[in-house]
Amino acid sequence: MPEIRGAAGGAAPVAFPALATAAATNMRFFEYESRRIVERAGIPVTEYGFCTTSEQAREAAERIGGPVVIKSQVLTGGRMKAGGVKFADSPEEAEAHAADILELEINGHRPRGVLVDPKAEITQEYYAGVVWDGAAKCPLMLFSDMGGIDIEEVAAEHPDRVGRGHLVSRLIDPPDFRAKEVIAAAGVSGRELTRATPILSRLARMFRDCDMTLAEINPLARLGDGSFVALDAHMEMEDEAKPRQRELLEKVLEIDPADTRLPYEPSEFERNVKAIDSADHRGVIQGRDHGFAGNLGLVIGAGGGSLTLTDAVRSQGGRPANYTEIGGNPSVSKTCGLAKEVLRKDGVEKIAVMMSIVSNTRVDIVARGVIKACLELDRDPAETIAIFRIPGAWEEEGYKILDRYGIEYCDRSVSMWEAARRAVEKIQA
Amino acid sequence: MSILLDKDFTFIVQGITGREAVNLTRECLDYGAGAKIVAGVTPGRKGREVHGVPVFDTVEQAVEHHGGPIDGSVVTVPPAFTKDAVFEAIQHGVKLIVVVTERIPRFDVAEMVEFAGLMDTRIIGPNCLGLIVPDVIKLGGIGGPAKDAAKAYSPGPVGVMSRSGGMTTEISSTLTAAGLGQSTAISIGGDAIIGSTYAELMPEFEADAATQAIVIYTEPGGRMEAQLAEWVADNDSRLPIVAFMAGKFMDDEEMKGMTFGHAGTIVEGTEDTAAQKIDRLEGAGIRVVERIDEIPDAVKERLGAAV
Repeated sequence: MPEIRGAAGGAAPVAFPALATAAATNMRFFEYESRRIVERAGIPVTEYGFCTTSEQAREAAERIGGPVVIKSQVLTGGRMKAGGVKFADSPEEAEAHAADILELEINGHRPRGVLVDPKAEITQEYYAGVVWDGAAKCPLMLFSDMGGIDIEEVAAEHPDRVGRGHLVSRLIDPPDFRAKEVIAAAGVSGRELTRATPILSRLARMFRDCDMTLAEINPLARLGDGSFVALDAHMEMEDEAKPRQRELLEKVLEIDPADTRLPYEPSEFERNVKAIDSADHRGVIQGRDHGFAGNLGLVIGAGGGSLTLTDAVRSQGGRPANYTEIGGNPSVSKTCGLAKEVLRKDGVEKIAVMMSIVSNTRVDIVARGVIKACLELDRDPAETIAIFRIPGAWEEEGYKILDRYGIEYCDRSVSMWEAARRAVEKIQA
Repeated sequence: MSILLDKDFTFIVQGITGREAVNLTRECLDYGAGAKIVAGVTPGRKGREVHGVPVFDTVEQAVEHHGGPIDGSVVTVPPAFTKDAVFEAIQHGVKLIVVVTERIPRFDVAEMVEFAGLMDTRIIGPNCLGLIVPDVIKLGGIGGPAKDAAKAYSPGPVGVMSRSGGMTTEISSTLTAAGLGQSTAISIGGDAIIGSTYAELMPEFEADAATQAIVIYTEPGGRMEAQLAEWVADNDSRLPIVAFMAGKFMDDEEMKGMTFGHAGTIVEGTEDTAAQKIDRLEGAGIRVVERIDEIPDAVKERLGAAV
């Protein structure tokens, strides 16, 4: 990763932070929503129109007057290359382009609508961004006079053209002077510096007030008259903050709470597990199968244990059908529901029930749940459960139940790796 | 000896009347020498008792009742109230705060950490199970009920730090079974931003005569491991370190941008993949093992080499 120099203040160079992209834990926004967020923060934007029909696009172009740009509203990159951005000189042309773009799928995403934007007379393009620096436990402001392209690319090839600096403090409103230092560190001076400063500091305040994990304006354009305007913006909000950002999400942006915007469409398995989890407050279960397609169903936990066990199965030649996490002592019916969903997956022959040592979740409850799942699906638990390895709370009771059904189990003297190996051996036999 | 805690350590539990807090209070009172939980705090519940521990409305009242400074606090209040609870504890002189709560917005965490830094207070977590000095004291739900914790943890020379609470116990139990006890074991928390990272805890272990080796459990996501590698290279540490990296499957292209296990476990760039982290750690002389059950031998080998 490129090292880039710090803003005035002489901070030691740190690696360029990872810009969160398409993270499943973040709420992502369409460009037209990001515009609205930027506008609310007091940053100038062009007079744009969000349209879901080609007629609306024509009306927007008429209202704007002059040449316009029509941009597809999708949550994926590469829309320019895919033909999702077109220029029009007349409202009729705008209508025709909008009709095409509204039908154009980009990387499997159908557009939510189009944005109609005046074609601005740009003197220069800049980049303004705020991102979390986890190591410093503080947001980082970034600015470059090379806008319109990927900032990571600029940082790699022209490190002296990217200024950066942490917020002075998380406990006070981001002051203007640090934004000024960051812009100056990118080599920008004169009127451009004084005009860009409030834009970057307002972006930083918005980042804080709206719990963003990423806020980028790219390009930030300087127009012929010297004014700055945000032409495109990219925002991501932390999932954890959604409850306290309801006002912005539901009132201002009118986003449906069910619109989670995952980077991929949840599978039936994922939807069902989620429904089982929400229906019962006892304990937490999670299930994923995106990217998994094997024959060994995994009923595993907890957070770190699931990561360790998935690796252990794969490293020993096993093919997991899914990923799960059990935690917080779920009820028998919840565990049963999860195990049934795993067993119902196409191609699943056996399940492995494994966890790191538990202190809250009860071994006997998980044992009851997975046995019940087998019986309800007319499967022999002893045949279906390749291995049961959950040591810890209530293990004696759990092992008694497992004995009764002839299920192979092990305690903490058998490592997670060995248990995973046993499951793989059995499914390959 | 140990780090951060000893048998005389006094603490409060904030949010003590919650279900999870009631359990962990019992567990801590029962474990080792018996924790000195001097009070609990839940606003509006003054006058109650939880397992004999008096409950107050404010931390200020708890300090007054105790008649002097309180060393620590375990915070188990809902995410929307956590920042305020932590600020309250810091303001009233608490020096070690374990934040159990998960799903706290990270700006709140960053604010807590900054205020703690200004007031010379250490935060462990959020999204953690706390820490334990085997047979002496535990601060938080780590290891579970006293009899279960006693099965997994034993006193000895290994310092344990883990991003996963459950794996702190699994690793310690594996060490215990091999005759290697722990000086202090810490569940540092699974979030993207936490109060105390590996590198920030290393000086404590370095200064603890009882600690002779370190075991860490790590995951993809973030720069915490790179930071540890840098610390080791810069400080000529006396302590050999053995690391285990979980979540290697997350390096697959189709898993990019997805979180597994913990909120902070997400591959966002090229630097935070499991493979990159392993390279970094090994580059700093840290032994990275493939399996949890290889940890005891790796520690013994390193201890032998260090003597």
